[in-house]
This record gives sequence, C-alpha cells and structure tokens, in this order.
Amino acid sequence: MASLQRSQWRSQQRSQWRFACLVATFFLTAIQPRAHAQDWVHTGTNLGAQKIRLAAADFKPVGFDTALATDKQTFDSVLYADLTNAGIFDMVSKSMAPPVMPGSPKEINVSQWSAPPANAAMVAFGAIALQNGQVTVYGWLYDTQNLQSPQVLGQQYTEADGPNTARHIAHEFADAIITRLGGGIPGIAESKIFLVSNRTGHKEIWEMDYDGANQKQLTRLDTISLSPRISPDGHRLAFSEMGKRGWDIRMYSMDLNRLVNFPSGSGSDLSPAWSPDGNTLAFSSSRSGDPEIWVSAASGFNPRRVTAYAGPDVSPVWNPKTGTQIAWISGRTGLPQLYIMDSDGTNVQRMTDGGYATSPSWSPNGQFLAFAWDRSYGPGAPGGQDIYVMDIASHRWIQLTHDIGRNDFPTWSPDGRHLAFQNFQHGQRQIWTMLADGTGQHALTTVGGNSMPNWSWK
Amino acid sequence: MNARSKSAALIAAALAAILLPAAGCHKKVAPPPPPPPPPPAAAPTPAPTATLTASPSTITPGQSVVLNWSTTDATSVTIDNNIGTVNANGTQNVTPTATTTYNLVARGDGGSSEASATVTVNQPPPPPPPPPPAMTESIFDQSVKPVFFSFDSYKISPEAQQILTDSVAFLQAHPDVKVLVAGYCDERGSEEYNLALGQNRANAAKDALVKAGIDPSRLRTISYGKEKPFCTEHNEACWQQNRRSQFSIDQ
Repeated sequence: MASLQRSQWRSQQRSQWRFACLVATFFLTAIQPRAHAQDWVHTGTNLGAQKIRLAAADFKPVGFDTALATDKQTFDSVLYADLTNAGIFDMVSKSMAPPVMPGSPKEINVSQWSAPPANAAMVAFGAIALQNGQVTVYGWLYDTQNLQSPQVLGQQYTEADGPNTARHIAHEFADAIITRLGGGIPGIAESKIFLVSNRTGHKEIWEMDYDGANQKQLTRLDTISLSPRISPDGHRLAFSEMGKRGWDIRMYSMDLNRLVNFPSGSGSDLSPAWSPDGNTLAFSSSRSGDPEIWVSAASGFNPRRVTAYAGPDVSPVWNPKTGTQIAWISGRTGLPQLYIMDSDGTNVQRMTDGGYATSPSWSPNGQFLAFAWDRSYGPGAPGGQDIYVMDIASHRWIQLTHDIGRNDFPTWSPDGRHLAFQNFQHGQRQIWTMLADGTGQHALTTVGGNSMPNWSWK
Repeated sequence: MNARSKSAALIAAALAAILLPAAGCHKKVAPPPPPPPPPPAAAPTPAPTATLTASPSTITPGQSVVLNWSTTDATSVTIDNNIGTVNANGTQNVTPTATTTYNLVARGDGGSSEASATVTVNQPPPPPPPPPPAMTESIFDQSVKPVFFSFDSYKISPEAQQILTDSVAFLQAHPDVKVLVAGYCDERGSEEYNLALGQNRANAAKDALVKAGIDPSRLRTISYGKEKPFCTEHNEACWQQNRRSQFSIDQ
C-alpha cells in the first residue's frame, strides 16, 4: 500500500515536473514579447547554444613577493567562479584551456584560444603584480573572432594588499566582463547577502559575499533576530528582534556597525521591507490587534495601517521598479496566499489559487514574484515546499526547485538573474543559490543553521 | 547640717587636734550615741490592702494578659488559678484560654484582703479564609492549561473553550495575577508567517478570556511562532503539541 502510494506520488511528481517544463516553455515564450533586452528571461530563453563561450586564462604573476602566489591563486579561482556563476557564459574548463599565462596583449596567441578544444569566443587574461604592498591587476577581454581589433575590455586595478584584495579585484573584473557581455546589466560579484545564522547559539544577523565568502556576524543581541532587510542604498539594515516585550523592528547602521534608534510599537512588529527609494518601510504589526500590513516613514514614524482583514498578514515586499505596489502573504481565507495591492491598500489581487504560499520577493524589473509554495499542503500531504516564480501580468508560474527538501525565502539578486533561498534537508538549514531558471543550485553556507537570505539591492 | 552634727563635728575636730600629734592617722572617734528613741507605742497592726488589675481585660485565645498587683501589710500573698504564692507586689503574664477571674488573697497580721480581676476571653471570630497560597508557576500551570489548535488555524475549538472556561475561574479567583499569552506553531510552514499566525493564536486565546470577563489589562500577548517548540520530533503528535496558546505568569 505504502509503496503503491509512493509510486503514485512519484509518477505524480514526474508528471508535475513535465507539466512545469511545459508551462515554463509556454510561460517564457508567452512573455518574451514583453521582455526587455536586459531581462533574465531573454537570457533564459537562449539557454544552451547561444551562451557565449568564454575562457578565463590563469593570470601571470609579476614580482617576487611571497604573498603573490596566494593572491594569484585566489584571483584566478574567484574570477573563474564569478564568470561561471553569472549564468550567461559557457565557460571553458581549465583543463581544456591552453596551459599558458599570457600576461599582456603581446603575449597572447588568440588563435590558440579559439581553436579546439577550448573553442573560446572570448578570452579574459592578464597579469597580477604585488609590489610595495599594492596589488595591481591588468585585465583584458579579447574577442577571438575579431582578429583585427580583438580588445573588448582593458582594465587596470590597483589596491592596497589585504586579506580580500585579490578576491575583490577579481569580483570587479568579473563584473566588468559580465556588464559588457551581459546586455549592460551590472554583475553581482560585489553584492552581499544578509542572513540569519544560529551558529553562535542565537539567531543573529550575518552578512556574506554573494558567493558565500567572508561570512561576518553583525548583531550580538543573544536573543532571536530574524528577517534582515538591507536598505536600497546599503547603509541600513532593518530586521525584527524578539526583545523583552516581544517582536520589534530594529535598525542596524552598516556605517556605524551598531544598532541605531528605531521606535518600537506595541504588539508584534515583523518582517520589515524597504520601498525602493529608501524612504518608506512596510511591515507586519499587531499593534491594533490582528497582524496587519503597516507602512511608516523609514524613521519608523507616522505609521499607518494598509490592510484590515482578520487573519495573519505578513512578509510585505515592494515592487522595486515602481515603488507603488506591495506583495505580501495573507491568511485571510485560511492557508496563506500571495497577494498584491497598491501601497495605500487598494486594488488587492490574490495571486495564488491554493496551497501554502509564503515569503515573496519581487524581481528588480518588477515583472516577477518569487515565493515559496507548497501546492499540496495539509496534514499527511507529501508535498515539498519549493521556490516558484510567477509572472505578475499573466499569473503563470514556474517551479524552480524539485526534490531537495523544503525551500523558503527566495531573494532576487540585483541583476535579476539569480535567486538565493533557504533550503532544509537532512536536518540542515542552509542558504543556497541558483540561476533564476532553477539551474546551478548549490549551497553557500555550511556552518550552523542559516536562514532568511536577503540579497543587497546592488 | 543640723545643730547636733555640727557640735559633733566640732567635738571630733577638737579630739582630733589633741590626738593627731600622738597617734598620727587614727580612726575617727565615733560621736556619742544619740539618746534612744522613745519605745513605740503598741499600735494595732493595720489590715492588709490589695489591688489586682489585668491588662488588657479582654483578649482572644492565645493572647497574653499582664496581671499587676500590689499589697500592703501582707505577710502572704496568693493568687489562684495555679499561680500560687507571689511577692507582695508584682506582675505576671498569663494566657487564659477562657474567661477567667483571678483572685488575690493577701493575709497579714491585721487580717486578710482580697482583690480580683476578670479577663474576658472572647472566642475568636470564624477564622478568615486561609490566605491564597503563594502563586507559583506550578500552581498556575495546573490551573491555566494551554489550548491547542488545528493546523494553520487560530480558531478556538470547543475543547479549547472548555479549558479556557476553567482558566477563567482560576484567574477570577486570583485577580492580582497578570498573564502572558503566547502563541506557538508547529515546525512546518514558514517562519515569518508562523510568527503572524502565532500572534493570531495568542489573540484568539486572549479574546476568549476577555469575553469571559477577564480584564484585558491583565493579559499580554506574544508570538513565538516556530522559534521555541515544546516538542522537536517530526510527526503529527509533536506538531499538535506545538500548535498552542500557552499561558504563564507575566512577571
């Protein structure tokens, strides 16, 4: 009986997956005319053959400083990882690349890179020097198909040597390449992800680089801190903390590296969200009894209620393109569903037709909502909680995660090409990342329990 | 100085002046004895007198009373009620449990005299109801039990309503106790949504108590969502344990 149920469930899952693929194809085709040239969907519809074949040569070390070897190794691996993570390149694996380190245009033999097995259409190369405590990187990007004028980019970076210098310059050079070859959308290699981690024994707010490097603790409250939300300008971080009297919105200054004053209301104040201009916050508050969506100035003053239905209302997020709409989660009809409304509370639209939908994140171009959805939620239901993306205009959706446990809190990268999310499987709660078409899924954290990622705005 | 001792001093000084050169430092010479007093007239011995007071004169059982007496011209003073022979003047604490009259008899050569004092012992008023035992968490927890919810629900079930009704009786009997009402959720679902849902569960329990007459100012709500589960196994029995509103003394 059990195995029968399981096999039925499996086949159901398979057919759901096929359905999702069909829907995805249809969905992507259907919305393509609306898509701007820079949208990830444009990239997504051209997955595979039309990705640019890109090689990243190992950089040539220049100088005799003993730290140079470490810097060079970091630079090479970070540059390669950034370009791979970008999702818009067909990267030439290091094993297929010519075993050379051309340090300048004079030293590169372009045809060596365009020939098999590399078959690179583009090649990034250059030199890294460490002298007098300064790291200098010369980086070029060459078009191997244009022998007359192959140079696409020529960059020079000089920064004081420190533990993160080589990594930082690699991010900068990668972002320059991605911006140039990726339709003008800035790369995300220098973006940050904020998260909740319990690795100290308490849930505190942490930050890390977009690739999981440089994980750093921000708050030390020894209580429970949740729902970190970085401001659009990156200077302030709002979150909710369970203090002595309950849940309050707290404000952390990224410039001062400490908490700054923020008025606390009565009742539970949860899940803050920044408007794209940084002047307004939306959040959930039970100060009037029922948990509702409230909006206040970024200072916390002048709070006003924008929803008025019995039941939980929580997890607001602004349309980052227009700043005039809010998506949020409401349990007004029972199980939580995804809704959108104008930021004054009018024009309420329900977006999901059932199941258990939570944790929306609005894509930077304003077109899509990512959210967590358990479509067959209920006692004894086998379903997983997965990440979905919905096209707001058509209500069409695609499922991005499958069979990897329970997933929640998707958050869009600033370029709209990636989503980070919270994955829970095998008793481990970790932050994962993926491309916005669901490919390239991998964990960014491994230590402790990590949750509620929030990607910086730039 | 009276005249006699003045003359005695003069005599002593004169004697000393005579004797000192011969005897050096010598004992003073006693003055001549005064003339003996006339023998007393054989007067008749007066009859003794006696007074006895009790303070206070009205008590409740267990309290003590001070007996205070004084006599004159008595050679023997006794007080009944197991006190016995006492000094001519004195005090004594007594703790009668019923109304008692203390009698003092003073006997002397001139006869005897009696005094008495009555201590009225009022039977105590019916004892006041014993003060409520000091409120402890365990007493509170036995009387104000948690209520449980269906999955993704904050509706008060009939069973929960019964539990709340029992709690109301206890809370009305202990009007000084302030209560923290905390909403909890099971591990499924999303952290943020569950915090809002937990708030709704706390609100629902609070509203039911207020409806039954508990002053809302005694009740504070909080949501723990799925942050502080009572049970950490991954099954329905455990989840049911975690879908609750829990009451505790609000310190």
